[in-house]
Amino acid sequence: MRWWQRLWRRKELEEQLEKELRFHLDEHAADLARRGRSPQEARRQARLALGGPEQVKEECRDARGTRWLEDLLLDFRYAVRGLRQRPGFAAIALLTLALGTGATTVMFTVVSGVLLKPLPYAQPSRLVALHEETNWSTELGNEWAFAYPNYLDCQRESKTLTLAAWRYDGGTVSGRGSAEYVDGIEISSGFFSLLDIPMYRGHAFTANEARPGGAPGIIISYGIWQRFFGGRPKAIGSPLEFAGRDYTVIGIAPAEFRLDGQEWDVFTSIEQDASAALRNREIHPGIQVLGRLQPGATLGEAQAELAVIGRQLAAQYPKSNVGRSFEVRRLRPNTGGLQSTLWLLLGAVSLVLLIACANVASLLLARAVSRERELAMRAALGASRGRLARQCLTESIVLGLTGGGLGVLLAALGIQPFVLLWPGGLPRAQEVALDWRVLLFALGMSLLSGLLFGLTPALRAPARGLEQRLRAGARTVAGGSRRLHGAFVISEIALATVLLVAAGMLGRTLLRLSSLNPGVNARNVLVTRAALSPAMLADPARIPAAWQEVLDNARLVPGVESAAIVDTVPMREDYNQIGYSTTPAVPPVNQRPLALATCVTPDYLQVMRIPLLEGRFFTGQDRKGAEPVVVIDRVLSERAFGRHDPVGKQLWIPGSDSPFTTGKDAPEPVRVVGVVGHVRYWGLASDDRATLRAQIYYPFAQVADPLLPRWSELMSLAVRTSVAPLSVLKPLRKAIRGDSSDQALYQVRTMQQLSSDSISRQRFLLFLFGAFAGLALLLACVGIYGVLTYLTNQRVPEIGVRMALGAASRDVVWLVLRQSLGMILLGSALGAGAALGASRLLVRFVEGVHPAEPLTLATTVSLLVAAALVASFLPARRASRVDPMIALRQE
Amino acid sequence: MSSPVKSDLPQGTLDVLILKIVALAPVHGYAIAQRLEQVSRGVVQVPQGSLYPALHRLENRGLLTAEWKETETGREARFYRLTRKGRKHFETEAADWQRLSEAVGLILGMAE
Repeated sequence: MRWWQRLWRRKELEEQLEKELRFHLDEHAADLARRGRSPQEARRQARLALGGPEQVKEECRDARGTRWLEDLLLDFRYAVRGLRQRPGFAAIALLTLALGTGATTVMFTVVSGVLLKPLPYAQPSRLVALHEETNWSTELGNEWAFAYPNYLDCQRESKTLTLAAWRYDGGTVSGRGSAEYVDGIEISSGFFSLLDIPMYRGHAFTANEARPGGAPGIIISYGIWQRFFGGRPKAIGSPLEFAGRDYTVIGIAPAEFRLDGQEWDVFTSIEQDASAALRNREIHPGIQVLGRLQPGATLGEAQAELAVIGRQLAAQYPKSNVGRSFEVRRLRPNTGGLQSTLWLLLGAVSLVLLIACANVASLLLARAVSRERELAMRAALGASRGRLARQCLTESIVLGLTGGGLGVLLAALGIQPFVLLWPGGLPRAQEVALDWRVLLFALGMSLLSGLLFGLTPALRAPARGLEQRLRAGARTVAGGSRRLHGAFVISEIALATVLLVAAGMLGRTLLRLSSLNPGVNARNVLVTRAALSPAMLADPARIPAAWQEVLDNARLVPGVESAAIVDTVPMREDYNQIGYSTTPAVPPVNQRPLALATCVTPDYLQVMRIPLLEGRFFTGQDRKGAEPVVVIDRVLSERAFGRHDPVGKQLWIPGSDSPFTTGKDAPEPVRVVGVVGHVRYWGLASDDRATLRAQIYYPFAQVADPLLPRWSELMSLAVRTSVAPLSVLKPLRKAIRGDSSDQALYQVRTMQQLSSDSISRQRFLLFLFGAFAGLALLLACVGIYGVLTYLTNQRVPEIGVRMALGAASRDVVWLVLRQSLGMILLGSALGAGAALGASRLLVRFVEGVHPAEPLTLATTVSLLVAAALVASFLPARRASRVDPMIALRQE
Repeated sequence: MSSPVKSDLPQGTLDVLILKIVALAPVHGYAIAQRLEQVSRGVVQVPQGSLYPALHRLENRGLLTAEWKETETGREARFYRLTRKGRKHFETEAADWQRLSEAVGLILGMAE
């Protein structure tokens, strides 16, 4: 009979045991009777010989080996019954736990989806990313994207890696009267096969297509297929115009395909790209290199091999490759720098869970104390201490698991809204789901919390002084239990303090950040990318007039005050950089100072209301043929010229960076004509810490002709309005459509949105920490209330005596409050200490947060103390209304 | 019960003795108790209370198996029988005991 069979047939086994022992007794008695004993005497002796039948049965049951399970079932039933008998206690405990585990599960689901899940490609652990590294650094560090010839050499030479390259290549897709700017990438032919992603329809680039002059093919995303082709299968083979060139659609990528955390719209062949930047080893045009380790090869071998290739190339091409090596790294998901934030939140939410556990522990403890006599009775009847402890633990684990189950239900409801609320979209959001990892985590967490809050009450299972406990009346609160209760309250308060202080710090930060001047007047400004007609882009000579027309038409729209075009917009997370020098001898790349470069038309200053500090801004006179001019911001002015007046001075821009000319090696001298205020380009929170802060503006009218098509693809229209900015969007769209009505506006933002988005992370963190802290405060108050009520109840007789002896109700209130005040002060002092430690994490991981100010600390701690005192006042007042006569009679 | 000298059984001995008795023929619990007392001429005193837990333990370990059968007196009793595993176990255990007791006997019988 297997153990589970035995378990199943427990009743039958019991009957058999009974029968077997009865047989024994009968036989023995019969034997004795045969030897002359009287029947009664024979029976008595037989019983004596066998020993207590119940004890024998117990031992036989133990011998069965399924005892622990039987006990577990019994304990389980007992626990469920116990909980159902006290629905109030059960409801409070379960609610507390459900909130704690629910919040923790939501956070863990996000952490698991964003940080822990492997990349959604085949054998993700074999995938690597490559980059170039130099033994010298610029302001942006010493890591470089690949130069295309370097990639080709690595790809050809490497035996340990299969390599593929890609680079960003956005552009306008146009078709039937609509134009849309899309994010695309250029890929090498082995790209999809390296990731092992099959096409949804059609095929990826073949070796024949992937060569210069091959038939221009394009792979489109599932989304573009739906939007531009209505999901028709005929899309394969249809023509598509992208970035002013004609392509044939050859494949459709699967809907769920993401690379670097983004869904790309179109894929073109990098091998077909004839641009000069891809032929030059000294230019690093943003080539990203992916690799897959060959079967059997290790990361170390690949690295060693790349080092050899790097040395060979350095010897062969000293000008570009000396001091340059190739580094390989495991391919990791792009988590958008969220790692620290997410762990921070998981940590914060775990504190809430801990508070919940402490709360339930103190509730259970109060129950255990009031059940002391019951437990003592059981011990007296022969239950061992371990057995009683196990029973208590079973009870708490049943609580923990039920609470955890409810928590998972809450999490299942909460996870989607949470992901949607995440500011700016959560990276890898599609991977965030309640899966087996999360369930396993929730199960482990519930078990652990069950153990955690069940342990203390279980360890209190009575061991000694049984008769005392059995005899005792109401005065059973031993000092030990009071101290334990105190410890729970103290730790709850301490944990809540940490969360409150963190929330307070974030609140202060948010207040400070939103009062910062972004450097522009963000009210009533609309910025939107604009796509010129592809026909215009094909002919650089017509581009300036085309833009002028866009601007003229935009100004005619009612409500538009002024309009400008601009390439990069503050706080929109796009930027261009340019090197500069105050002398004609431009320093080498690694020592060259860099500035944010913005290409604008003269009205930009009016649109953004950036203050002009010195000199002038651009005018219609700054055009081609005239001297190239720039306007700099105060930061650059101080860096480059110190206290001297920069107006009229010259700067030199390295030939390769210069927008004024192309194909020139010599540095380009430009004249500084004005100084404007600094704009918080990287957002309200991040600008102070950014490495690239100095700003330089140059006029669109002076951009060299060959650059115009590329520049025009990136341009945005910025308008200042006298009405709500979004209300002009519709007429604006109409106004700029152009003659062939294929000019479009996309990525529409208001400056206010951008400015507020730039601190959305801080705001969201504040929201979450505020919620956690509120929850923690609530739980802590409930905990204090519960514990004090319990402790006060135990002291009713004492209070009765005091009142009988003349204590006023005020004295009684004070008596109780004094007790809680001690716990509250100790808890908040400990918590404040811990909060100071935790605040360092916040300062480190969240931009713009300053170390906790005394004011923040004082405010939050006093808030907590006040709330805790209110919670303890209720039981105190109740105690003061005790009728001494009734209280004394209780004795 | 009338024996003047009684010895407690050394640890683990009871199991071997039970196995030995059961090995002779299928037998019920009361008979085992009786046989133990008879064979050891009253020297070995087995508390009957510990007999049944021992039987159940051996059954649980798969050394014994039990079935309900009628006795000569016509009552139903639980008869224990050795399994193959039990027989093997008994043989090794018995051999061990034999060697041990011989060794102890030799040592004790040494001339001083």
